[in-house]
Amino acid sequence: MSKDIRIKKGLNINLVGAAEQTTSKAVSSNTYALNLNDFHGITPKMLVKEGEEVKAGEPLFYDKTKQDMHFVSPVSGELVEIVRGARRRILTLKILADKEQDYMIHKVPDLDTADAEELKTYLLQTGGWPFIKQRPYDVIADPDATPKAIFISGYTTAPLAAELDYVLDGKRQELQAAVTALSRFTPGKIHVSVGKKGDSVLERMKGVELHKVSGPHPAGLVGTQINKIDPINKGEVVWTITPQDLVILGELLLTGKFNAERIVALAGSVIKNPKYYITKIGAEISTFLYASGVKEEKFRLINGDVLTGSRTNTEGFLGFYNNTVTAIPEGDDYEFFGWNKPVFDKISPTRALTFSWLQPKKKYDLDTNTNGEHRAFVVTGLYEEVFPMDIYPLQLLKACMVKDLDEMEQLGLYEVAPEDFSLTEFVCISKQPHQQIIREGLDLMQKELG
Amino acid sequence: MKDKLHQLKVKYQGKKMAPAFNALHTFLFTPNETTHSGSHVRAADDLKRTMNTVILALVPCLLFGMFNTGYQHYSAINGFPESFSVLEHFLTWENFWLGFITVIPLVVVSYGVGLAIEFLFAVIKGHEVEEGYLVTGMLVPLIVPVDTPLWMLAVAVAFGVVIGKEVFGGTGMNILNPALTIRAFLFFAYPTWMSGDKVWVHGAVERAGTADAISGETVLGYLAQGNTGELYQKYDLAEMFYGFIPGSVGETSTFLILLGGLFLIFSKIASWRIMVSAVIGSLVMGLIFNGIVDAGWIPEYSKFYTLMSFDFWQHLIVGGLAFGIVFMATDPVTGSQTNRGKWIYGFLIGFLSVMIRVFNPGYPEGVFLAILLMNVFAPTIDHYVVRGNVNRRMKRLKTATIYPSASDEVDTLKTETAQ
Repeated sequence: MSKDIRIKKGLNINLVGAAEQTTSKAVSSNTYALNLNDFHGITPKMLVKEGEEVKAGEPLFYDKTKQDMHFVSPVSGELVEIVRGARRRILTLKILADKEQDYMIHKVPDLDTADAEELKTYLLQTGGWPFIKQRPYDVIADPDATPKAIFISGYTTAPLAAELDYVLDGKRQELQAAVTALSRFTPGKIHVSVGKKGDSVLERMKGVELHKVSGPHPAGLVGTQINKIDPINKGEVVWTITPQDLVILGELLLTGKFNAERIVALAGSVIKNPKYYITKIGAEISTFLYASGVKEEKFRLINGDVLTGSRTNTEGFLGFYNNTVTAIPEGDDYEFFGWNKPVFDKISPTRALTFSWLQPKKKYDLDTNTNGEHRAFVVTGLYEEVFPMDIYPLQLLKACMVKDLDEMEQLGLYEVAPEDFSLTEFVCISKQPHQQIIREGLDLMQKELG
Repeated sequence: MKDKLHQLKVKYQGKKMAPAFNALHTFLFTPNETTHSGSHVRAADDLKRTMNTVILALVPCLLFGMFNTGYQHYSAINGFPESFSVLEHFLTWENFWLGFITVIPLVVVSYGVGLAIEFLFAVIKGHEVEEGYLVTGMLVPLIVPVDTPLWMLAVAVAFGVVIGKEVFGGTGMNILNPALTIRAFLFFAYPTWMSGDKVWVHGAVERAGTADAISGETVLGYLAQGNTGELYQKYDLAEMFYGFIPGSVGETSTFLILLGGLFLIFSKIASWRIMVSAVIGSLVMGLIFNGIVDAGWIPEYSKFYTLMSFDFWQHLIVGGLAFGIVFMATDPVTGSQTNRGKWIYGFLIGFLSVMIRVFNPGYPEGVFLAILLMNVFAPTIDHYVVRGNVNRRMKRLKTATIYPSASDEVDTLKTETAQ
């Protein structure tokens, strides 16, 4: 039995350059890299020295506070460089890949009989654990906690993001194995959501509570679904994981092999031929970027979708959690009287001489211009129109800005992740950095209370 | 020009005068700023566009105010036309020109003084010049009597911008609506000027006491004096609705205010919740007063009798009520910020406006006082609305599933939070 969730508040950002549903294999990358910024809140302790050889799936480092949590190499090869930043903080690990890939094969646990402890130890050792994230705080799940439920969103609403129904096709076995393993970790339910109209392999999972979701973005964000299905209270923990990471977990559980392969959507108006590529975590983006071709010299390359992704460049590497790479034009140009003339080519939540409300289906070619300067919060009521959670977004943001822990807690900061504020950030007239404000609020809260 | 200005911007970067330059630069060009964190794309609207939309909605009121200034002036001298025709008697060059040379100085002083202070504060404090004053500067000339001396206006604007806004931290931080602070300052600092039957029609003040003396009594003025006979002889309801009556420059035409309000609601710039609930509030208060009169609880010689017996819905078409509801109460910074709070906030503004209007002995208008009062209470309203959300969350906590369950820790956590 599935339950329907209908989201009314929100905004679909239709952009030019959606990936066409054909998949090619990307040429294999020479070097692979793990960007440590992807693992928020982790302090790495290296297990491998520069110049040493590793197998695919062999641990590279562990977390200082959770020492059994291993982070493994996506490929076999030589660890050629440990890029460090200020105060010798490790930023990136670069691995020169072997021609012939050599995998580390683990002894797989028996999924029918293994208990939570055994599975936990297995996933922590083999590098599958970091795919599981937790709320509160939106960080890698604490293996010592017991979540009240686990949430998996199989519904894609983010602009230009990889269509999950498409990329998960044929992965039923892996998904089921991972879901079965996850179900041991919680006495509660595993909530899986799929689009109401789509046809997802996730619909045929056993042992899950299925939800059919419809409505505009952010209906596909897992935070929205948690809020509608079973909101997080103080003291509670829920885990989330994306379906594509489930596939890697599933293969790890079935074959004992950490296979970092994943299907990635290359999209955006700058891309000549936007489509899907089979590649690996940490691969050089240029290995498939130029296969599709770019229309301009100067553009913004994003690891992830345009709302939540992180900025990278043509020498960058595919992020640990990303299944989308987007390229959009940079907007570092002035516009004459841009603030008062009618606007037809940009998306707007209002009708103040902006005309995107006339054609809700039209696809736009947005650039990275902020379309205005940073200001204090002035306008009210606009965020609520695109924010479906039962939370007061403006008040929560202000509580985070003034670092009022009591208020942050009472207004529901436990329930949110920065990505939940990506759409309010998009429509913000004062151009405030919402996601950054929420991230800082979460970090402060974890430090003080967590 | 684009490149030259860009070079200048780079040159000024980090300098004291940068905010002043940037304010002018961004007036001409939206900046070349790109996203740094979070979402890589942003919606088209910025604060300038928002403010500009409000100004667009105000322009018809301003133009009408100019014509009306001339019309009221010449009619007071030459007598009202027998059979009034808009084209023949109202939309004339003569009317417009007189209105233009009387009203434009008010606009110039309002923007000049206000923006000068904004620029000064921006340069001193090193932040960008924020757009809040664009609307305030337009509202001010529309809510003052036409013969307000310019020096008074300048003093009031300086007071309003500094005390009403900048001391709190500028746009977005103020507690009171700056335009209404300015209006209130004028009213309380120069009460003899700002009330009575002279200041509303251009030229009436200087002619007072001479053989050419003219009267410029407002509709509310007549009502407060119980002088309904002369009132209805002079103005009918249609004239009140379309605004061919004396009053502050831009507040007389309920028709144009209504159009402006509809435009603001359509463009999603102003809150329809506040507007609708304020209208309901004023109708309710009007009905209560009418009811009191009908019940015979108040004798006819009472000085409140006329205003109380004034048909409840007609309160909306005289005085500044409509203007206040559409353009002042909807200020997002000083109003309620939650949707439910907006209903309460708007209702009380309408309710109190009519109440103060009827009971104010010195001056028969209450909109600006009601809005200022509710500005002060808006955070309180929001507080209780937000508490509702917090309480819902607290209630949920009682059934929280925290693992490891059944431990004392969880129970203490629950009781701690409940306290």
